[in-house]
Amino acid sequence: MKKFILSFFCVIGGLLVGSIVLKLSGISPTEAYQVMWNGAFTKPSYIAYIIIRSTPLILTGLSVAFAFRTGLFNIGSEGQFIMGALSAALCGYFFNFNPWIQIPLILMLSVFIASLYGGLAGLLKARFGVHEVISTIMLNWIALYLSNTIVMLEGFHKPNTETSQFISQSSSIAILENWKTSEAGIAWLASHPMLSDFMRPSINVAIVLALLATFFIWLILNRTSFGFKLKAVGQSLEAARYAGINVNKKMTYSMMIAGGLSGLAGATHVMGVSKNIAILAAHEGYGFDGIAVSLIGANSPFGVLISGFFLGTLKYSGQKIQSALEAPSEVISIMIGAIIFFIAIPSLFEPLYEKFFSVGRKRE
Amino acid sequence: MKFQSVILFFAFIITSSLSVAAQKPLRVAMVTDVGGVNDQSFNQSAWEGLQKSKKDLGVKASYQESKQDADYQANLETLYDAGNDLIWGIGFKMADAVLKAAKQNPKQKYAIIDYSFGDNTPPNVIGVMFKAEEGAFLAGYISAKMSKTNTVGFIGGMSVPIIHSFQYGYKAGAKYANKKIIILEQYSESFTDAAKGKAIANQMISKNADVVFHAAGAVGDGVIEAAKEKNKMAVGVDRDQNYLAPKNVITSSMKRVDNAIFEVVKDLKNGTFKGGTTVNYGLKDGAVDIAPSTSQMIPAALLKEVSELKKKIADGKIKIPSDEKGYAAYAKALK
Repeated sequence: MKKFILSFFCVIGGLLVGSIVLKLSGISPTEAYQVMWNGAFTKPSYIAYIIIRSTPLILTGLSVAFAFRTGLFNIGSEGQFIMGALSAALCGYFFNFNPWIQIPLILMLSVFIASLYGGLAGLLKARFGVHEVISTIMLNWIALYLSNTIVMLEGFHKPNTETSQFISQSSSIAILENWKTSEAGIAWLASHPMLSDFMRPSINVAIVLALLATFFIWLILNRTSFGFKLKAVGQSLEAARYAGINVNKKMTYSMMIAGGLSGLAGATHVMGVSKNIAILAAHEGYGFDGIAVSLIGANSPFGVLISGFFLGTLKYSGQKIQSALEAPSEVISIMIGAIIFFIAIPSLFEPLYEKFFSVGRKRE
Repeated sequence: MKFQSVILFFAFIITSSLSVAAQKPLRVAMVTDVGGVNDQSFNQSAWEGLQKSKKDLGVKASYQESKQDADYQANLETLYDAGNDLIWGIGFKMADAVLKAAKQNPKQKYAIIDYSFGDNTPPNVIGVMFKAEEGAFLAGYISAKMSKTNTVGFIGGMSVPIIHSFQYGYKAGAKYANKKIIILEQYSESFTDAAKGKAIANQMISKNADVVFHAAGAVGDGVIEAAKEKNKMAVGVDRDQNYLAPKNVITSSMKRVDNAIFEVVKDLKNGTFKGGTTVNYGLKDGAVDIAPSTSQMIPAALLKEVSELKKKIADGKIKIPSDEKGYAAYAKALK
């Protein structure tokens, strides 16, 4: 609980820093936050966009948080995301089964490939002592260029573009996608304006998968002996080894699960939102944002869920100040940076916490 | 449900009051692609065009940057909700998103740079294309005249129609200047790999080329670097690239996205918005040109020839090919 309250303080601190930056660039902070608030919650379609935006962040956040609990710093979430997206795009284009087979098949394959990719970093650490921060950063670039190379391959590349072919219709996890544009769908939605507006973005089932994943990660960490062993490794490697835990194996497994979660984020992004993959000039940042999500969420599954939604909202509605007030949207990145900065120095807010909340604790 | 309807009601009031207020000055906005508004390239040029419209035509201008490809749809909707009269999508990457938005909001006007929906253009959309071959033609003409070894090189990014128009325009211009010119051609299969551009340019230089032209995005940085190191001449693309190698870049085939945007906004203001069509802007409209720095790099006599050539192109006296078939016919007619 203490960690959540501290995170909350840090968020407030970040928002304050954001207002200072806004003020310095000659924009009224209250007006900016008002635009952001209205841009986030005043229409059902905004909520839908926020959900779409937050889903990959929750999953990559879980990935980083899970590895972190095992004492591993998974910077490779970005690369694992790309591997998941790449596998989903490939399978989605080349296979065309019944959706009930197709979708689970793609999801399983993409998660499997991404978990192997994550596991590779774990194995390198366990076997050869290669630090996972170094190896995962490098694996990120390998994934990026591998994906770019495969996108351009004849037969998969969509001619005259910088993108791959679209995945088949049966691979889509978007909800009622065809019905929305069919005559019956248009007629029905016309009489339900709220739902119609909510359905405008490509709303998809990925959020359900993200919620399930959050629950399962919580289950693994808190209700299984496997999770207990993982956490033991995270808290003290030597103690865990002394207690008879196979530390090397646990590290590899942990990275595999982390990789699988990021891969799920990539796969659902392709299957629900983008429907294809494009040449990437640089990393898109889903994985790196996952690190922020994990830190703000205090590395706990449900904390990650909340902070994932928080960051998704900030990133979606924050962009709106650009066109509305001609404010630099980089302010949002500065805010997120400031929040993480505050989280990195817990002693900054701990006195505040003691002052306001220690009374309650004494009573306990 | 009641609470939601209340929210919806207020949202409606807010948006409708916005659109009432917007009736006086026109509001024009653009969505950048992932390059962002300071990309030193067409996004930046587009924003300069909107700023010029703001100054000269009195419209209200704003922009929305995209951080990821997945942002396009959301950003187009943000600008739609803000009550703009015209929304620009900058770059062909946004084609799918613009088409989808235009179908969803048939009363909203949209425009897109570098893309043509052809016969399927919705009535509320305008596609803006550039006659890149006209700028490339002039660049080819200058290259051939400046070459001492009688050999010039063309390096393309990817073999796509938009690059073909550069390629065949350039070849046509070079042949126009000198029928016996040797033209080396190669594709780098990339728009980002500068090292590859440098390798190809070096190879061409070793085959006696002394002017190299690129239409290959960031690959061109390597091409210009190679020319600089070997002290040969290079020709830039899209914007004035002379600053990359002030002694070596003799000219650049420029695409004036800003002027094209200004033209469309002007049409909108005058009530002559050409929805449902694709407009092709060229030399005549000031939408393609050679770089201003050219005048300091080439002899005055040649500069004069070029300006005469410009007049001929604008008057339609020279038919410049933009694809392989057109070029074959052109080359035949030249002989």
